[in-house]
Amino acid sequence: MSILIETKNLEKIYYDDGQATPGIVKANLTINSGEFVAIVGPSGSGKSTLLQVLGCLDRPSGGQYYLDGKELSKFSDNELADVRNKKIGFVFQSFNLMPKLSVMENVKLPLVYGGIDEPERTRIAKKLVDLVGLHDREDFQVTKLSGGQKQRVAIARALVNNPKVIFADEPTGSLDSRSGEVILEFFEKLHNDGHTIVLVTHESYVAGCAERIIHIHDGTIQREEINTERRIISKDGFVK
Amino acid sequence: MQLRDTVKMSFIGLSSHKSRSALTILGIVIGITSIILVMSIGQSAQQLIVGQIQGLGPNNIYILPGRQPSGPSGFAGSLLTDSIKQRDIDALKKTSNVPDAVMVEAMVTGPGVASYGPEVYSATLLGGDENMAALFNISIGEGAMFTAEDVADKNAVAVIGQTVAQKLFGLSSPIGEKIKIKDKSLRIIGVVAPKGSSSIINFDEAILTPYSTAQEYILGINYFQRVMIQASSTDTISNVISDATAVLRADHNITDPVKDDFYIQTQADLVNTIGTITTVLTLLLSSIAAISLIVGGVGIMNIMFVSVTERTREIGLRKAVGATNNDILLQFLIEAVMLTFTGGLVGIILGTLFNIATVFIVNNFLGINFPFIFSYTGAILGVTVSTAIGFAFGIIPARTAARKSPIEALRYE
Repeated sequence: MSILIETKNLEKIYYDDGQATPGIVKANLTINSGEFVAIVGPSGSGKSTLLQVLGCLDRPSGGQYYLDGKELSKFSDNELADVRNKKIGFVFQSFNLMPKLSVMENVKLPLVYGGIDEPERTRIAKKLVDLVGLHDREDFQVTKLSGGQKQRVAIARALVNNPKVIFADEPTGSLDSRSGEVILEFFEKLHNDGHTIVLVTHESYVAGCAERIIHIHDGTIQREEINTERRIISKDGFVK
Repeated sequence: MQLRDTVKMSFIGLSSHKSRSALTILGIVIGITSIILVMSIGQSAQQLIVGQIQGLGPNNIYILPGRQPSGPSGFAGSLLTDSIKQRDIDALKKTSNVPDAVMVEAMVTGPGVASYGPEVYSATLLGGDENMAALFNISIGEGAMFTAEDVADKNAVAVIGQTVAQKLFGLSSPIGEKIKIKDKSLRIIGVVAPKGSSSIINFDEAILTPYSTAQEYILGINYFQRVMIQASSTDTISNVISDATAVLRADHNITDPVKDDFYIQTQADLVNTIGTITTVLTLLLSSIAAISLIVGGVGIMNIMFVSVTERTREIGLRKAVGATNNDILLQFLIEAVMLTFTGGLVGIILGTLFNIATVFIVNNFLGINFPFIFSYTGAILGVTVSTAIGFAFGIIPARTAARKSPIEALRYE
C-alpha cells in the first residue's frame, strides 16, 4: 500500500467582509492507495470543506497537500484543472449533471476536456454506463431519471478518466434509503476492484461501509479509527 | 479540448434558448440590414447618375462661369455669374481658335412657367442653339427643331416636352399653337419624343427655345450659364481645354490664371464629383446605421452576462470535471460570436431582400431605371463587423465566466 494522499497542516479560512472564519484548521491526514475512507462529522464540522480542498475544487489557505507524489497547493489553475480531469473523480450530493444532455453526453464530458476523441470516447463511456447498469437508458435526457439513476450516471462520469481517487460528498444525501444502498453497493464494488474511495458523510450507517473513519469537528481532525464492524452490502460480490 | 467540441457546446448552449438568442441578435440584424441597404442603393444611385452623365458624351467638356467650386456645395454659385458672353461663344466657334472642337453649344436656363389659355404649367426653360437635340441625344417626335436662323433672328419659337404638351394641350396637337412665358408668346414648332426622366435634365418637362430668344425676351440676360464643347476624340480633349482657356482669357483680358472668371470641367470631373457626393452620403447613412450596431453589441453583452450568471453551476461543474479557464472563456466567446455572425448573415439576406424590393418599386412605379447592385463590399463589411462585435462585446462576459472558481460556482443557488 503506497501513500496516495498526504496533507500537512492543511488550512482553509473563509473571508466574509473582512471576517475570517476557519473552515479547516491544521489538518494532517494520510490516505493510502486502495483504501476506503470515510470522513464524518456533524453539520458545519468542515468535512465538506476538507473534501473540496482534497478534490481540488477549492484552494487551501495554508499547509501542504500531496496527491500522487505532487504538492498541489502552488499549482496553477490549468494544472489543477488537469488534476481534476485525470486524477480525481468527484461525486456530489446533488448529482451536478448537465440537465439538458443525455446520460452518454454527461459521462463523456471529462473525456472531452481530457482531449480524448471519438470513437474512443463513446467506447469508454459505454463501458461505464453499462457498468452502472444504465445501458438501456444511455440516450435518455438525465432529467428523466430517478435520483438513484442520476447518481449512477455521476459515478460513471467520475470513473471515466480512470482516476486515482474518487471523492464523494454525501453521495446518498438526496436519495431514499433503498437507492442509497444501491449506491453504497457500487462504492463497495469499486473498492473491491482496487479504487481509492474517500467519502464524506454525517450518517454513521453510511460511514459504516468504510475501512477507516476520520472524525472531524469544528475544522479539526479529532481522531481516526479502523472500522472493525464493517458493513458489507453486497452478499455475493455482484452489484444488483 | 478540441475546437470542434467547443463549437458544438456553444451551439447547444445557444439553441437551448432559441427565442432569447433570436431577440438578442435583433439589434445586429437591424444594423447590418440598414448598412447593406444603404450601401447597395448608394452604389446603384451612383451607377445610374454616372451612366447618365456618360450617356451625354464622354468627349464633352463644360465651361462654367465663376470660380471653380471648392466642393460639391459650390454648384449653385456658378449660376449667378455673368462672365461668359456672346463674344466668347463666337470666338470659341471659330475653327482656327479651337480646331479640335466638333460642336460648341451655349446654354441658358431658368424657370419657364408657361400658359395656354387657362392652363398653366411650370416647366424648365432651356435655351440653346440648333445643335441642342443632337448634343443631348433627343429626337423630335412631332414637328421639327428650330434652326440656326431662328437663333440668329431671335425667333419666338419653342419645342416642348411630352409632359408639357399633355398638361397644356391634352390630346390635341400643339404644333402651331402659341404659349406664353413671362408675357412673351412662343409658337410651338415641335414636341420632344418621350424620353422620361432617364437623364439628368428632364426633357419631358422642358421647353426648348433659341438661346437668343430666351436671353432677350424671357430671362433678360446677356450671358450664358454653360458652354458645352464636344472634342473630336478622347485624345483631343486636353487640346480643346487649353485652346478654349486661351480664347476666354484673351477675350476677358486675363493674364493671371488665378483671376480666371470661368472654369472647365470634363466628363471625368463630373463623374468624380458625383462619386464623391454619393460616397459621402453613403458613409453618412452607414454611420447612422452603425450606431444601431453598437446598441446591438451592448445587448449581446447584457444577455451574455445574464447567461453566464444563470449558468454559474454549469461552469462550476465543467471546471470540476477538468475544464480549464480557457475552455470556459472560449465556449462563451464563441457563443457570442456565433450570435453576432448569424445576425450578420440574417442582416445581409434581409438587406438584399429590401434592396430588391426598393429597386423593383423605383423601376416600376417611379419609372427610373434603377440598376440592382449587390454590394459585395457591404456584405463582407457586414460579416466582418458583426463578428468583431461578437468578440468585442462577448469577451468581458466570457472572462467573467472563466474566472469563476469551481466550488464558488457549484455552491451557487
